[in-house]
Amino acid sequence: MTQLALVIDLNVCVGCHACVTSCKQWNTSGPAGFMSDDNPYDKDPTGTFFNRVQSFEVGEYPMTETVHFPKSCLHCEDPPCVPVCPTGASYKRPEDGIVLVDYDKCIGCKYCSWACPYGVREIDEHLKVMKKCTLCVDRIYDESLPETERKPACVLACPTNARLFGDVHDPESEVSVTIRESGGYQLMPEWGTKPANHYLPRRKTRIKIHDDELIRADNPLKKEGLKPKTVVKEQTLDDVTSW
Amino acid sequence: MHPALSVIFLTTLIGVGQGLFLALFTAQSYAAVGFVTISNPDQFYAFGSGIALLFLIGGLLASFFHLGHPERAWRAATQWRTSWLSREVIVLPVLMFFVFVYGVMHFLQWDPMILQTAVPEQGQLSLYVGILGTLTCFALFIATGMIYACLKFLQEWHSPLTVINYTLLGTASGFTLATAYSAKMEPSLTTLYGSWATIITLAALVFRTASLIRNARIKHKSSLQTAIGVRHTKIQQKSQGFMGGSFNTREFFHGAGLCFMRSIKWIFLVLVFPVPIALLAYGLSTSRLDVLLAAFIVQYLGLMAERWFFFAQANHPQNLYYQTI
Repeated sequence: MTQLALVIDLNVCVGCHACVTSCKQWNTSGPAGFMSDDNPYDKDPTGTFFNRVQSFEVGEYPMTETVHFPKSCLHCEDPPCVPVCPTGASYKRPEDGIVLVDYDKCIGCKYCSWACPYGVREIDEHLKVMKKCTLCVDRIYDESLPETERKPACVLACPTNARLFGDVHDPESEVSVTIRESGGYQLMPEWGTKPANHYLPRRKTRIKIHDDELIRADNPLKKEGLKPKTVVKEQTLDDVTSW
Repeated sequence: MHPALSVIFLTTLIGVGQGLFLALFTAQSYAAVGFVTISNPDQFYAFGSGIALLFLIGGLLASFFHLGHPERAWRAATQWRTSWLSREVIVLPVLMFFVFVYGVMHFLQWDPMILQTAVPEQGQLSLYVGILGTLTCFALFIATGMIYACLKFLQEWHSPLTVINYTLLGTASGFTLATAYSAKMEPSLTTLYGSWATIITLAALVFRTASLIRNARIKHKSSLQTAIGVRHTKIQQKSQGFMGGSFNTREFFHGAGLCFMRSIKWIFLVLVFPVPIALLAYGLSTSRLDVLLAAFIVQYLGLMAERWFFFAQANHPQNLYYQTI
């Protein structure tokens, strides 16, 4: 079983929205039809997006940290949006685990968007069908593209490599190893949806320096005069070499 | 959630239709065991079924306004194995079929005996069509309620109370309408219907209040911490990623002020329960058709407010991601 997914590294994401714009560009130009935009350069702009980058402030001033948080369909392993669909337009592909909408079957009842706790499905106000991230299904299998480009548009666009793409069911894949070794986690685990997409937490690089690494018990620099007191009662190297 | 007018009309109108049909069949089953005698039963059931059918059709038409592609609505009957919405889409036309057949049989006075029984009313075909219709009615109440009750992360809806309330409120409004209808067509049944309408309305009051109390004490499982997976007690959203609106900001927020939200609860609690009960009591004691009709209209308007509040009160976890521009 293959389960394609994204792993998004919140430690690296700088919130530049390149994934948002490249997603929109690729998917609005695809064979599945445009993604609506209304008043893009006017008052109250609105439109359909598969991907958003949000920003959160964690902590209280002055101890704050800004977390940029890209959010798109998580391609849940147990997607709550699929069984509720009355027409079967919403489905999960058995071969690669991508959750898709068949735009020719969708009646636009919006029930699947109610059934998604993450709010990643958006109705297209002009085509009147539900739309969502397809993991660029029209791109990742396209053999006319060089193999390095057979990845979702957002992954290719990310300037900091915060987005990884691969099979999370293959334990040796890059994404699985990263999830395992860098503490990858899922969103809202309380609902049992088992999202395939994972997020990597903020990580701090810290060195732990112990006191005895700063003050050597057997300090050879005896001429400093004030020699550190040792807790050791018996002879030390100092006693042997100080005469 | 943002209350959609089409869904408010759908759920309230079919509720009245179902309730009215249940009321008609109540009279027929009472007549079959000799509790009541109806002077002109065929006419009573036939026109009553016609009115019930009009309400069901009205609800069905309203539902089409909720769809982006109503021309594909037939596809919605395919996923009955998993989707309560699909089950509702199947059960509603089945109920309309039974109500239609039931009405036409009485209208044409075509009611063959299918069982040889001592009392002729117990062997007539229409009684058994009515039983099927009644079962379908309850199946439709369950399907409609479960559409909302099955969404586990909409915790305000995820409760058996949702199904119970849809059933009781729909039945109550149908019996209130039946009271007014019988006052015009069959005055001997008015007291029976009026009593049942009052009893069911009171039962609905008990369960709707229980649901209000439950929802007031609800503890939401999701928080900003689980939404973005950061363990810190102080997290604030600074940007939702866009400055205009989107589907996420329109569909999942009711957009009404706190004052309106608070007052609509009391408006529906007054309009659905005490006022119709008082009007029913007054109408029954004075046998005034206009008062009984007013009881139904007031209750129906109250139910629209109730349904608005039902949707608006549900707090979708996706809203955690859309707290600030």
